Amino acid sequence: MEILKRIADALQQGDDQQVGTLTAEALGAGLPAGDILQRGLVAGMNVVGEQFRRREVFLPDVLLSARAMYAGLDLLKPHLASEGVPSRGKVVLGTMKGDLHDIGKNLVGIMLEGAGFEVIDLGHDVAPEAFVDAAVREGATLIGMSALLTTTMTRMRDVVALVKERGLAGKVRTIVGGAPVNADFAHEIGADGYACDAAHAVDRVRALLGA
Amino acid sequence: MREIVRFAKPEAVPEAREVLAAQGLPEEDTLAPRLRRLLDDAIDACAALVEPRAVCEELPAERFAAVLAPLGVPGDDLVVGRVYPRAEGLALFVATLGEALPERIRKLFDEDALAEGWMLDAVASAGADLLADRLAERYRQKLVERGLGHARVLPYSPGYCGWPTRGQRPLFDALRPEEIGVTLNDSCLMSPIKTVSGVLVAGPGQAHKFRPDFPFCDDCRTHECGRRMASVLRKA
Repeated sequence: MEILKRIADALQQGDDQQVGTLTAEALGAGLPAGDILQRGLVAGMNVVGEQFRRREVFLPDVLLSARAMYAGLDLLKPHLASEGVPSRGKVVLGTMKGDLHDIGKNLVGIMLEGAGFEVIDLGHDVAPEAFVDAAVREGATLIGMSALLTTTMTRMRDVVALVKERGLAGKVRTIVGGAPVNADFAHEIGADGYACDAAHAVDRVRALLGA
Repeated sequence: MREIVRFAKPEAVPEAREVLAAQGLPEEDTLAPRLRRLLDDAIDACAALVEPRAVCEELPAERFAAVLAPLGVPGDDLVVGRVYPRAEGLALFVATLGEALPERIRKLFDEDALAEGWMLDAVASAGADLLADRLAERYRQKLVERGLGHARVLPYSPGYCGWPTRGQRPLFDALRPEEIGVTLNDSCLMSPIKTVSGVLVAGPGQAHKFRPDFPFCDDCRTHECGRRMASVLRKA
């Protein structure tokens, strides 16, 4: 479909007005919202994510595209609900207690939404219990944790331990990220995954949830 | 002596190149026009909204030891704990950009103006660091007047290099930055968000030198300490 490609192209350009106009046009033409989402918006975000991973574009470029994605997504949401289009999975995200750095975490949330996941963002300064409580309450199958400080990343271990303690291991996966975090640390604390940036986070979440 | 410092607005506005370098973005001459516009707008917004102020107090080593003591951590287990006994001067500080700037950042994110919000946040972070540097320079100038022209001053902050964020509490008890509108929440996070705190440590370049072999160094990926040490050792 030509219009879906135009949506994806406009999204890559970060042109939110054009994405909104084209999305409305596609809906008006009777295209299923699920197709517009997957073959227009998500396809466009996938390209941007790949360009970001290859360092061909930079974080603000991704964010301009993300805003364009929201311009389309806002129009699609009511239609997605009525069409019964399922999300790829529900994810709880937050920055660790004692840490207010949440830009990276926000970006992961945006990229996950762009990839079709439902995101419950708990914000920053989140206590370990709050992560697990939210996952149970919301029926989420993955907890994503972020930290910028070496003094707060240690609390990720508490979340992983709580997940096990409450018998949720295997049902609720855990993934960690942030400047001081690496794969060795993730392995050491027993987290299910680690992502070095937002684009990789989407890949890891997809793999962990089989989505 | 405890001192309230009111900065002029331009003193808290970082240069474009400082923001770009801190965020790993391309240099100014190769920056895409749309990113350049974002950056220019963010710097303009920062210049308009910033309300820079600080509180600073020089204190003897025994009083600073009392700031660290409630942590219950042996001084040798912290970078600042290992460095400060070699200092020739110490000064607690809290410096803030005020509330208007973080409020604008929050509003931009709320409105899904993500790139604009991110860029303004990046500019503000660089601005907060700039204030800490300006305080360090002010302190260095005072030491020069006392005949300590060789002294190199670096800020050390809770949350970094092993100094736990709960270390903010005794620091705030000692400095009382509420007077400049800065408060702590239960998790020891500062409000307004774009605020920096810590201790200015003054001494010969060698005083800041340490071997990065603390347990927390294994978790660190920034290795900022190397650049900081090089900056003062080079000048020494």
